[in-house]
Amino acid sequence: MELDLKPAVDQSALFAFLVRLGDNALILGHRVSEWCGHSPALEEDIALSNTALDLIGQTQLWLGLAGEIEGQGRSADDLAYLRDGYEFRNILLVERPNGDFGKTLMRQFLFDAWHYLLMKALQNSSERRIAEIAEKAFKEVAYHLERSQDLVIRLGDGTDESHRRMQAALNDLWPYTGELFASDDVEQTLSAAGVIPHPQSLKSGWDEIVSTTLSEATLQKPDDGYMHKGGRRGVHTEHLGFILTEMQFLQRAYPGAVW
Amino acid sequence: MATAAVRPSVEEVWRWLSDVPDPEIPIISLTELGIIRDVEWRDDELVVTVTPTYSGCPATSIINVDIERALVEKGLENVRLERELSPAWTTDWITTEGREKLRSYGIAPPIDGTAANGVLMKRIDRLSGRSNLSIACPRCGSTNTEKVSQFGSTPCKASYRCSDCLEPFDYFKCI
Repeated sequence: MELDLKPAVDQSALFAFLVRLGDNALILGHRVSEWCGHSPALEEDIALSNTALDLIGQTQLWLGLAGEIEGQGRSADDLAYLRDGYEFRNILLVERPNGDFGKTLMRQFLFDAWHYLLMKALQNSSERRIAEIAEKAFKEVAYHLERSQDLVIRLGDGTDESHRRMQAALNDLWPYTGELFASDDVEQTLSAAGVIPHPQSLKSGWDEIVSTTLSEATLQKPDDGYMHKGGRRGVHTEHLGFILTEMQFLQRAYPGAVW
Repeated sequence: MATAAVRPSVEEVWRWLSDVPDPEIPIISLTELGIIRDVEWRDDELVVTVTPTYSGCPATSIINVDIERALVEKGLENVRLERELSPAWTTDWITTEGREKLRSYGIAPPIDGTAANGVLMKRIDRLSGRSNLSIACPRCGSTNTEKVSQFGSTPCKASYRCSDCLEPFDYFKCI
């Protein structure tokens, strides 16, 4: 018999981390899906819908694994549709309202650059199931990043009006980027066990992608000032409640409804 | 009823599965798409291992239903589907016949080794809308084509346009 000498990973930390990851993908996926049928051009409508679809697909994998690890019989759907706002663990950036097309793209770019680095690193996770999902998600996220980067550059270095809107979006969203690299006991425990990279270790790679892109986009990177946080602990802005009202309506009004 | 005596071989099951079309691109079969990873008997149970194309592809659940239905119609009763995420599906697994069928259907087949890596191509190529790939128009064969959008009518396709015959077409993008 083969002995597994690795210390058992803290299952409650694993669950907490997976819910954070799943909720980021879920809430951003939902936000992006709000554009379906409303984008400025058909191609962009399709691209946004495809991005949303990838994120919702990844949500099913992350929250599905979270439910499995929790061992209480909760499915990805249960976790998505039957939790209240204070139980959601997404960062505040992804629940920011869509605003105009430029703001949606800027939010996507700031997230994609981080998401890309995280999915790349998670492929080396000591937890096999996490590494497998990351391997799948990484391929999709690479396409997301190429697109959002390209459009941030085109619009930043575009007309006076598009430049003004992109700079305003960047200034508005920047104070929400600090939470991407925040950590607490959950990340400390899991990074020490080799399950995840330490969030702070992604910062220099993210800074590089963001600086290069913003400079090509002729946009001014804001100074790091006050950074909003709270989503990872379940303390959200008022916007999350409105998202959940729409997203969860059917299951709340008609529990267990299927098609 | 399939008893141990008349149990079909896995080769036979592979042949049956090669007749099951992809629900969104019915010109190619699930085996040509490369998403059936394994077929094996475990005692009296036939286990078919399937890998998803994209994690959010809406066709995934339909594909599973189609596989089960096809095997049940052949008389199998004890079929189980298993999902395998790793190694992650790649367009490299689309067979040569599958690629030709895609082309005949009006979809330019993927060019291996050109999956997105998150790094943008040169600014001049990007801003001119030029692609870093030379993709032949499935209608007239011209490689004088341009990318309209990296995201197309389904998660697995990009939108292109031929600058010679002026027809828009889908490119099965590489992942």
